[in-house]
Amino acid sequence: MLRIKNLKCSYGSIVAVHGVSLSVKKGELISIIGANGAGKSTLLLAICGLLKNWEGEIVFQDKDLKGMSPPAIVRSGISMVPEGRQIFSPLSVMDNLKMGAYTMYRKGLKSQVEEDFDMVMEMFPILRERAHQLAGTLSGGEQQMLAIGRALMARPRLLVLDEPSMGLAPKIVEMIFNVITTLQSQGVTILLVEQNARAALKISHRGYVLETGKMVLQGSADELLVDDDVKRAYLGRDYGDFYDGRDA
Amino acid sequence: MQEIIQYLFSGITTGAIYAVIAVGLSMLYSSTELINFAHGEFVMLGAMAIVTLWVHMALPLPLAFAGAVALGCCMGLLFERLAIRTARTPQPIVLVIITVGASIFLRGVAMIVWGKDPFSVPAFSRHDSIEIAGAALLPQSIWIVGAAVLLAGGIHFFLKKTLTGKAMVACAVNKKAAWLTGIPSEKMGILAFAVSTGSGAVAGIFIAPITMSSYDMGTMLGLKGFCAAMIGGLGSLWGAFAGGILLGVLESLGAGLISSGLKDAIAFILLLLILYICPGGLFSAKEAKRF
Repeated sequence: MLRIKNLKCSYGSIVAVHGVSLSVKKGELISIIGANGAGKSTLLLAICGLLKNWEGEIVFQDKDLKGMSPPAIVRSGISMVPEGRQIFSPLSVMDNLKMGAYTMYRKGLKSQVEEDFDMVMEMFPILRERAHQLAGTLSGGEQQMLAIGRALMARPRLLVLDEPSMGLAPKIVEMIFNVITTLQSQGVTILLVEQNARAALKISHRGYVLETGKMVLQGSADELLVDDDVKRAYLGRDYGDFYDGRDA
Repeated sequence: MQEIIQYLFSGITTGAIYAVIAVGLSMLYSSTELINFAHGEFVMLGAMAIVTLWVHMALPLPLAFAGAVALGCCMGLLFERLAIRTARTPQPIVLVIITVGASIFLRGVAMIVWGKDPFSVPAFSRHDSIEIAGAALLPQSIWIVGAAVLLAGGIHFFLKKTLTGKAMVACAVNKKAAWLTGIPSEKMGILAFAVSTGSGAVAGIFIAPITMSSYDMGTMLGLKGFCAAMIGGLGSLWGAFAGGILLGVLESLGAGLISSGLKDAIAFILLLLILYICPGGLFSAKEAKRF
């Protein structure tokens, strides 16, 4: 569904991503893990069109994304939940969702938008309660739910999430990850970028490990979860831990 | 007493014009975060266009009106396309300086096209003035206030109730997020320019019959509109509207009761006071933030 070949992104003279390739098949849940500054967000910016000067190839459903504007990419079926939520705080919760459905309205699919409202409200009942509140007054977790809901309103075939667990309480993180698995089981293809590597890999089919702009490791999620390098670098355990053989 | 009512009438009339100018400025600010210091020149363009179309070419008033507004919109679009969008580093300060440059340019062009002489425009409706408590109310004043309320109300409705208007606000709040939800931010910015400069032209059309119109009338009007928008709090449309009326009334009272030489100074004294005491403006939009 999404194929990235030999992607290179740079900011001025600093190369953030060098030669990354990855593929996402229809219906898969893929996670990309890596530390701060590994180039994860840059990779996503290139996919969604916010970053313009990249080299290589990004193909989504046989369509080359090179040179496409972000709205055109949304119309072609990729929605992104940006890092740090980025909701429209002076607009109401309802209006935020409406903005997510902007492309749907413009395609004249009003009745589907109504269905999608119900779908999102059912997924996140708290949003129904707060429908007429200003989005800026929501808590961090609620804002993240709103950001996911907003992205879903465009009926994406590929949902890209950038650090959805960042800065949230463990309980909320669990809930968000449950929603992600539910979405995947409903047929949405998902690309998840996370620092919370363990939680991400546990729900994923496959994973990619990004390090200083290079893809250093890839494999099934189960393989990565037990891989010693991954454990040491991203799963928050030091050598002592797994020499003892204890489970975290 | 009679005097004060008379001052109030004329104050509300000019205030309504300031209000329309301020609403245009504020609207552009709330959808692009840009303060357009050339806004007054679009007011001037509206006034000069009505002089040409209605007085000189004797077109019917509705047609002349539409023509003048269209000219304002088109010039706004050209301005956006040629000056704003081509800016290589679109930082706020660069764009503000560009608008200052554009205002000098537009004034120069207007001077070449219309010359340096001021023009007068007759009132839109030729009725006698209405007498209220001994003070004369000109029909033109009713026109102006009515049009101002209608225009500000229309813009308010557009931004708060329509999908396109809300999308415009979303772009102003967070351009990248708006892009990511599929809103074409550039188109929204262009639309905001057209609406804002068009409303500036409307202000010019309505002020033409109560003042002399000349190529350099825009600077002062633009600055007064800016003062009004600051008094009301930038980004709040009704604040800008109220600020305009307030400025007009205080100006008129100050000029009448103290000294007419103070007329223009009052706006700037008010602006300074506001910036000292309440920099967010009297009716600034409430911040919807938790912290």
